[in-house]
Amino acid sequence: MSSVKDWAAPTPISENRSGLIGKGVNRYEGRLKVTGTAPFAYEVEAPSPPAYGVLIPASIARGVVTSADVSQAKSAPGVLLVWSPDTVPAQGERGARINPRSQRGSNPALAARVEHFGQHVGFVVADTLENAKAAAALVRFTYDSVPADLIFEDCLDKAEDPEGEEDVRIGDFEAAYAKAPVRLDASYVSPLQNHAQMEPCATTAWWDGDQVTVHTSIQMVKGGQHTLAETLMIPSTQVRLLTRYIGGGFGGKGQSYDDLTLAALAARELGQPVKVAYTRQQMFQATIHRPAVQMRVRLGAQADGRLDAFALEAVTHCRREAPFTEHAANFARSLYAAPNRLTGHRLVKLDIPAAGAMRAPGEASGMLSLECAMDELAEQLGLDPIELRLRNEPETDPETGKPFSTRQLVRCMTEGAQRFGWDRRNPKPGQVRDGRWLVGLGMAAAIRGNFLLPAKAGVRIDADGTLTLRQGMTDIGTGTYTILAQITAETLGVPLSQVKVELGDSDFPPAPGSGGQFGAATAGSAAFAAGMNLRRALAELATGDPNSPLYGDDPELVTFGGGNIAVDNRAEPLDVLVARAAPEGVYVEGSITPAADARDYSQHTYGAHFAEVGVDPDTGEVRLRRMFGVFAAGRILNAKTAMSQITGGMIWGVGTALHEYNAVDPRYGSFIAQDLAGYHVPAHADIANLSAMFLDEVDDKANPMGIKGVGELGIAGAGAAIANAVYNACGARIRDYPLTPEKVLAALP
Amino acid sequence: MKTSFTLNGQAESLDLDPRTTLLDALREQIGLKGSKKGCDHGQCGACTVLVNGRRINACLSLAVTHDGDEITTIEGLAKDETLHPVQAAFLAQDAFQCGYCTPGQICSTVGMLQEAADGWASLVTADLTADTVLTDEEIRERMSGNLCRCSAYPQILAAIRTAGGLA
Repeated sequence: MSSVKDWAAPTPISENRSGLIGKGVNRYEGRLKVTGTAPFAYEVEAPSPPAYGVLIPASIARGVVTSADVSQAKSAPGVLLVWSPDTVPAQGERGARINPRSQRGSNPALAARVEHFGQHVGFVVADTLENAKAAAALVRFTYDSVPADLIFEDCLDKAEDPEGEEDVRIGDFEAAYAKAPVRLDASYVSPLQNHAQMEPCATTAWWDGDQVTVHTSIQMVKGGQHTLAETLMIPSTQVRLLTRYIGGGFGGKGQSYDDLTLAALAARELGQPVKVAYTRQQMFQATIHRPAVQMRVRLGAQADGRLDAFALEAVTHCRREAPFTEHAANFARSLYAAPNRLTGHRLVKLDIPAAGAMRAPGEASGMLSLECAMDELAEQLGLDPIELRLRNEPETDPETGKPFSTRQLVRCMTEGAQRFGWDRRNPKPGQVRDGRWLVGLGMAAAIRGNFLLPAKAGVRIDADGTLTLRQGMTDIGTGTYTILAQITAETLGVPLSQVKVELGDSDFPPAPGSGGQFGAATAGSAAFAAGMNLRRALAELATGDPNSPLYGDDPELVTFGGGNIAVDNRAEPLDVLVARAAPEGVYVEGSITPAADARDYSQHTYGAHFAEVGVDPDTGEVRLRRMFGVFAAGRILNAKTAMSQITGGMIWGVGTALHEYNAVDPRYGSFIAQDLAGYHVPAHADIANLSAMFLDEVDDKANPMGIKGVGELGIAGAGAAIANAVYNACGARIRDYPLTPEKVLAALP
Repeated sequence: MKTSFTLNGQAESLDLDPRTTLLDALREQIGLKGSKKGCDHGQCGACTVLVNGRRINACLSLAVTHDGDEITTIEGLAKDETLHPVQAAFLAQDAFQCGYCTPGQICSTVGMLQEAADGWASLVTADLTADTVLTDEEIRERMSGNLCRCSAYPQILAAIRTAGGLA
């Protein structure tokens, strides 16, 4: 196993001779996306015309399907197949190794046992989409319902410890809190939210003998492949899963759903390609969501603002059969210094769709509490909110005592304050007017963990000099294609135009996929390792080839640049070398594993958000007027795509603060909002004057390239900055997100 | 039902199920899959196409009602290898991430710029008698029928300013 010490040495990435690292080059696949020619899963050309599958949801929350009348549907025009719980083909149990935290061990599609409203219990395939939809409406189910736990707030007395987890205690929180001269005890609610990716889940599947090929929209290639193989009871080698373009994931496509299972089963049954897409309503009812979280924050401080006691306790929910904990308190373990600390989680099991990971799980909801509590405490102490945070800035990780790999939180706050004009904030709420609007400023800190997972990548060079990087990795809009091309080009010293990137294929060297903002570091480090291995292979090839000007040179002295391989002033173009010495091309693989001593460091990305809002005191409407963020997230690979990731995250924070929530209908267990009119994600008019910047940083404890993730940092704390700005604008302190007009009106002083 | 229209400059004749939406006709019958299905309810704008120069949600329109119409989709904007200025601006400004809403955003932009050129007002237009000026606020308002969950709005705004000569 490698050591972080190995990662400090100069590399082609740190030397960045052609300047591709960090450059804001256009997206690799951008042309396909702006011309509408990037084929998403439902759009892939199948070897023969596909049939159309439509899923039928259950209309009860909990119970059993007792009968399914499919007779009318079966005789409807164009219908090829109708399945219900009693006729769906046998499926293998899904193995526990696939995402065991969010997907229960055994979960056949079209199960008779209904565990939530909207669980699919019927499936129709027909020659056209119209015929399939019409036939699906003809299937009649009867159920035996049993009582269900549906409403989080009504079931809090059933909260239990998440399995295998205990509260984390440092010092004696209760005693220190009781003695603290200044105390704050406040509870916050982050509601249930939906991913609302623009592309609904979809699969196109076909068989060739005993081999199945599936194009599906999923963030994790290997997870989807193994899950399907287990379901179909065939070896994974007989499943080829492709996911080349994914219309948004945000954690919601970290696992596969019934579209994958049933498309593959039906294509086998019918002997023709089948494609299945979720409706928008099914995206709400039959995928995962971010669970609601109730958070109690207690802060005990000295008069100068130094925290003696800190507690964040979170209660959240999951589906009864699919344990998942939204770890809303974890981020706080590394954020502020305080000698006496308590953090922990409780879990309520409900009979609603499964909770799961959604962009920055933990931080996204958790920071909505503590970062507002700090604002409240600052006011109580008569301190500026930034000053309060500066006084509680730890020198080492406040719980483990480990050194930080890098930590520029203070600079994020001070630099942001200066650029945003924080000194113009009037600490007294409700003092600034602009016409009918009450105007306020707010800020919040951001922290999000950084991770590195094992991954592989393959790279080949062909006789024409083209480099092709292949990896079982995904690009969910994050920019993976682009940064992998940049890494490969810079590592081998070739122009970007000479590099191809192929992703999203289970036949390629495996990578963990997109999630947890580990994608760039993980996939990128493997691509870098593959590139370095190719350098070595080409150096050996050239120095061992009597026809090369490098013949007899020490391979260690070989350099790459400008498309050439060289030692001193002896050089030849890579395509000339490969065409002559290895005309069939050279292919190598590379891999990355976390360093053994990486855990000796507390490793995070940081930021600070600043927001200006207007509040209409007559309607309670809140409008974002401007927002700015400063972030430190290691070396930035692509200024353009990284910025898009960060500002996208910040906008999610705006939605979190002002718009997004879903509720469960207590009568049926369905979600109240089931479409994009009822569930309001930020629209263009909601977002004004929003921008961000990155601080220079290289984290040589993170991975060989010193990079970190940026996909989730932007949402962490963003909503709290908005809520704090709302308070500053009008004096309404609302601890129940989102800050919708009726709550603002009720809370106005 | 027999239906004929002009699609991206080419005559198209189809025998359509009357239940088929324009979006499904484009994607499933004709094979132009650039127009996207995000919600099928006219709420997200991913299916936006231009009909007789005006932007519509193709998912809310039955294909058979378009007999004789001139329809332009994302596939009809580029001229051979040359991107339409709006497409080029979206690429240069990184005005998309996953790319699923992008064809709709781009078609919507093309339609919106024409509406503004034709003097159409919007909800945020203060003076209905004055010439239409595409301020940032006007652009944001006029583009709010096209959702982008990746939230590329600042970049989309920059792209529209560039393409519309407003930068």
